[in-house]
Amino acid sequence: MTVALRPRRPNRIRPSDAIRSFGVIAASIVLTLGLFLVTPLDGPLGFVVLGFAVFVALQYAVVRQIMDRKHAVDHIVTTLVYGCATLTAMPLVLIVGTVVAKGLPGLSLNFFTKTLEGVDPASGPKVGGALHAITGTLTQVGFAVIVTVPFGILTAVYLTEIKGRFTGIVRLLVDAMSGIPSIVAGLFIYAIWVVGPGDGFSGLAAALSLSILMLPTVARTTEEILKLVDPSLREASLALGSPEWRTVWQVVLPTARAGIVTAVILGIARVAGETAPLLLTAFGNDRVVNPGSALSEPQSALPLFIFQQLAQDQRERAWTGALVLIGLVLILFMIARFVSRNAKTTR
Amino acid sequence: MTAVMQPGTEHVNTNPASADIALRATDVSCWFGKRKVLEGINLAIPRHTVVALIGPSGCGKSTFLRTLNRMHELVPSAALAGSVELDGKDIYGNELRPSEVRKRIGMVFQKPNPFPAMSIRENVLAGLKLTGQKSDDADQLVEWALMRASLWNEVRDRLDTPGGSLSGGQQQRLCIARSLAVKPDVLLMDEPCSALDPTSTRRVEETISEVSAEVTIVIVTHNMQQAQRVSDECAFFLAEENQPGRIVEAGSTEQMFGNPVDPRTNDYVNGRFG
Repeated sequence: MTVALRPRRPNRIRPSDAIRSFGVIAASIVLTLGLFLVTPLDGPLGFVVLGFAVFVALQYAVVRQIMDRKHAVDHIVTTLVYGCATLTAMPLVLIVGTVVAKGLPGLSLNFFTKTLEGVDPASGPKVGGALHAITGTLTQVGFAVIVTVPFGILTAVYLTEIKGRFTGIVRLLVDAMSGIPSIVAGLFIYAIWVVGPGDGFSGLAAALSLSILMLPTVARTTEEILKLVDPSLREASLALGSPEWRTVWQVVLPTARAGIVTAVILGIARVAGETAPLLLTAFGNDRVVNPGSALSEPQSALPLFIFQQLAQDQRERAWTGALVLIGLVLILFMIARFVSRNAKTTR
Repeated sequence: MTAVMQPGTEHVNTNPASADIALRATDVSCWFGKRKVLEGINLAIPRHTVVALIGPSGCGKSTFLRTLNRMHELVPSAALAGSVELDGKDIYGNELRPSEVRKRIGMVFQKPNPFPAMSIRENVLAGLKLTGQKSDDADQLVEWALMRASLWNEVRDRLDTPGGSLSGGQQQRLCIARSLAVKPDVLLMDEPCSALDPTSTRRVEETISEVSAEVTIVIVTHNMQQAQRVSDECAFFLAEENQPGRIVEAGSTEQMFGNPVDPRTNDYVNGRFG
C-alpha cells in the first residue's frame, strides 16, 4: 500500500499566521471605528491612515507575545514596505480608473471614424469624433521617431563605444537637454521654423519640437542599455578581425536590440502627451490633414484635442480623448514588452 | 635600459638551423598606466607548434598574449615597447592594420562568449561577416569548423538555435570553431578550459592537438597537466614581488618538466608554489 506523499510548501503562508493576521486586521478596524466614535476624527482618508497606524502597533504587540523583538520589528518593516508599495501604485490606479469611468460613456465608433469638422461643439461627445486628432498624434510622433532614433542611437554609440574626447560634455548636454521645459522646445521651433522657413503652423513643426524632447530620453536610455552589453563580446568581435564600426553594427546593437526598442518606446511615452509645444507648433485643426500636407498645414493632436475641448467646456469629449491617449500609450508599452520578450526567447 | 637588464637571448628555439618562426616577440615590455607589468620578453614561436605560457597569477602571461594580436591596446591606459613580428612583419608597424593582424592571429577567451543575438551557424560565420567577406560555400565551412572544434555531431541538427542555448563547454568549442572559421595563422588561447568541466576540457585539448598541424597555437594555462599534455614548448613567466613579469625559462615541454635549468621552474612545475 502506498501512502500518497504530501509535499511541504515552506513558502506558503501558514494557516496560523493567516488567522493571526486576519484577527489583527479585524481588531484594528474595530479599534479605529471605536476611536472615530469617541474622538472628533472623521473622513475616509483619516480612517485609512489611523487604521494603518493601529494595525502596525497591534501587530507588533501580538507578534511580540510569541516571538522575540527582532521578529516583531521584522513584521513592522514588512508591513511598512507593503504599505509604501501600495501607496506608490495608488495614483496610477486612481488616474486610470477616473479616466476610464469618465471617458468610457463618451466612447463610440464615431470617435475613431469622424472628425469635428462642422460639428456644433455643444452637441455632445457621441457626435463627431477625434479621428483628426488621432491621426495627428500618430503622424507627429511617428515623424519624431524617424528623426530621433538615428540621432539618439548614434549619440549613445558615441558615448559608450567611441568614447571620444567630448564624451563628458556630450553627456552633460544631453542631460541638460532632458531638463528643457516642453514649452521652451515649442517656443524654439516657433521662433526658428514656424515664423521662419516653415511659414506657419504645421505637423512637421510639432514633430520637430517633440524630437527635441524625445532625443535625450532615447539617447540616455540607449546608452545605459549599451553599457550592459558584455564587453567580452566586443573583444571577441575585434579579435576576429572586425573593424569597430562592424562590431557596433553587427554585434553590439543586435545584442541590445530589445533594450533599444524599450528606449524608443520610453521616448514616445515621454512626448505623446505633450501639449504645450503643440500649441505653438501644430496649433490645431478640426479636420484630418492628409499626410502629404501635414508638413505645411495646422494639425490637431490628442493632447491638443483634450486641451481645446476643455477650453470650450466640452468635458465629456475631453475625458474620452484622455482615455484614447492613455490607451494609445498603453498599446505602445505592450508592443515594447512583447518585442523585448520575444527577443529574449530567441537568444 | 631594458636591454641591459635582459640578455638578448631567444628563449624558444628548438631547431635553430631551420627555425620557421611564426611569431617573434623581441624585447617586449608592457605598462598599464605607470605600472610596468612585463619587461624584456623575448620569445619565438615556431610555426605549427603549441606553445604554453605558464606561471602564477599576475605574472603577465595574459597581458603578453594580448600584445601578440594587438588586444592589449584596447585597454585605454595600456602601453608597450619592443616589437612583435608575424612572418617577419612588425604587427605594430604601418604595413598591417590592427584588424588585419587580429584576423590572422585569432583569440579564444577564458570565458565562452558566443554572440547572443546569433544562431550557432551565424556564430561560426561571424568572422566572415565581421570582416566583410563572402564565403563560397558557407555550409561546408560551418561543418568544417564545427568538426574541427569537435562540436559538429552535437549541434548538426540545430544549427539555427541560438549560440547561448549551448552548455558552457559547448559554447567554448563554438568560440573555437568561430575563430578557426576565419582560417587564422595563429590562434591565441587565454586559459580556454578554466571554466570548463573535465570532459569538455578533454575535447578542447583534442581539438588543439588536431588543429596544430595547420595553426600555430599559443595557450595560457594554469593547469600544469594540461601544459604537459598539449604543448610542444613552454615558457615560464614569473613576477617577483613588486617587479614586472619576466620569462624565467623557456624550452621544450619535455625539458621544462623533466629537467628544468632554473630551480624556480622546477619548484613551479612540481607544484611547490604558485
